[in-house]
Amino acid sequence: MTQIDDIKLSNAQIAWRAAQDIDDGAYVNLGIGFPEMVARYQREGCQAIYHTENGILDFGAPPAPGEEDWDLINAGKKAVTLNPGASFFHHADSFAMVRGGHLDVAILGAYEVAETGDLANWSTGRGGVPAVGGAMDLVHGAKRVAVITDHLTKKGDPKLVSKCSLPLTGVGCVTRVYTSLAVVDIEDGHFVLREKLPAISFDDLQALTGATLHTTDTVGDLIVPEL
Amino acid sequence: MDKTLHSLADAVSVIPDGATIMIGGFGGSGAPIELIHALIDCRPRNLTVINNNAGNGHIGIAAMIEQDMVAKMVCSFPRSKDPRAFTERYLAGKIELEIVPQGTLAERIRAGGAGIPAFYTPTSFGTELAEGKPVEKFEGRSYVQERWLKADFALVKAERGDTHGNLTYNKAGRNFGPLMCMAAKNTIVQVSELTQPGAIDPETVITPGIFVNGVIEVQNPAQEEVLNLAEAVYP
Repeated sequence: MTQIDDIKLSNAQIAWRAAQDIDDGAYVNLGIGFPEMVARYQREGCQAIYHTENGILDFGAPPAPGEEDWDLINAGKKAVTLNPGASFFHHADSFAMVRGGHLDVAILGAYEVAETGDLANWSTGRGGVPAVGGAMDLVHGAKRVAVITDHLTKKGDPKLVSKCSLPLTGVGCVTRVYTSLAVVDIEDGHFVLREKLPAISFDDLQALTGATLHTTDTVGDLIVPEL
Repeated sequence: MDKTLHSLADAVSVIPDGATIMIGGFGGSGAPIELIHALIDCRPRNLTVINNNAGNGHIGIAAMIEQDMVAKMVCSFPRSKDPRAFTERYLAGKIELEIVPQGTLAERIRAGGAGIPAFYTPTSFGTELAEGKPVEKFEGRSYVQERWLKADFALVKAERGDTHGNLTYNKAGRNFGPLMCMAAKNTIVQVSELTQPGAIDPETVITPGIFVNGVIEVQNPAQEEVLNLAEAVYP
């Protein structure tokens, strides 16, 4: 089998691929951490409007060091700036945007995604201090809930599984997964392979996936620029 | 009508042992640091505190926890850059935690203020946070019943206020403020600028004064993030 670490996409490249599916004018929420990278790779001519659940629509880039306003932060508690047309709102309105089906896309990280669309991304189940934040709200309501993730855990186990073993964030909520090796949709309780890296065979990819990969038509090549 | 409070000590000295207190803020933004520190000076104990987080560093809510004033935290995300005050006591079994998804926390507080005892939300369905809660199907989809959340007191930071208690907020510092103002029996607000009635355009009022019991002016309020960068400790 090909050495996976030599061919797999970097986090930036996974974020780039996810960004290609965001339409002009879409209302988008990006999870804290890795998913925030998606905003860097908007398609030319496309301008999404980013929602942060602490109460801003249409925030922009970080301010220059020393220019931070600590009442102007995102959900990751990092300082941001505003784009023209931005707005503020309280938390109940913010989560009405989330649960009420007003967001077009939410992009989150994952520990595990099941073929049923179940997501586990908030607790490793190992004790310590539990912390959920807005993750359980964000998986409900956006028209598309996408996950970006390495295809495998650090130990080399599949993250795409038949059933999640870790505590769930939501049931049947994920519609597409962008991994370091492939783009996989979730349809009717199945993983449907849409794109894979040309350097990996279908059989090798299946061996690294914890549930059956289905195909319809042709599987596209997952081609991403060097970043 | 004049809801002006004349000192921070007067503002918070009414809070007794065992009270349930909503404290505004998301991380440091909107955190009413001066009101919290005045409360620490009074040192009531056995408090239940409702906030999105559970303190950062050695100031604000973290300092309340370090002074052993807090018996229970109700929050969505008890982590921060420096969560040691909460983490150490939680792992030692000295502080209780009710973990609530962030949007559910906001809506429970809103419901408390709006007189709605329970509501159904898709959030947490099928997860361990829904265990023991009633579930209903609406239009083919499953929803979890959540109950309102109310408090004896709310401590909130706003930007401008007038003596009737009408409020505006500063940017994303608004977060839980308008909801908590509605949901407490006694809402105490610190404002950066206190004005006479009429000075705030009614079109721009975010919290109408009916939800506010007392306002106190704290000019140039401290920001939790700035205090933590300076490694501040209270008291």
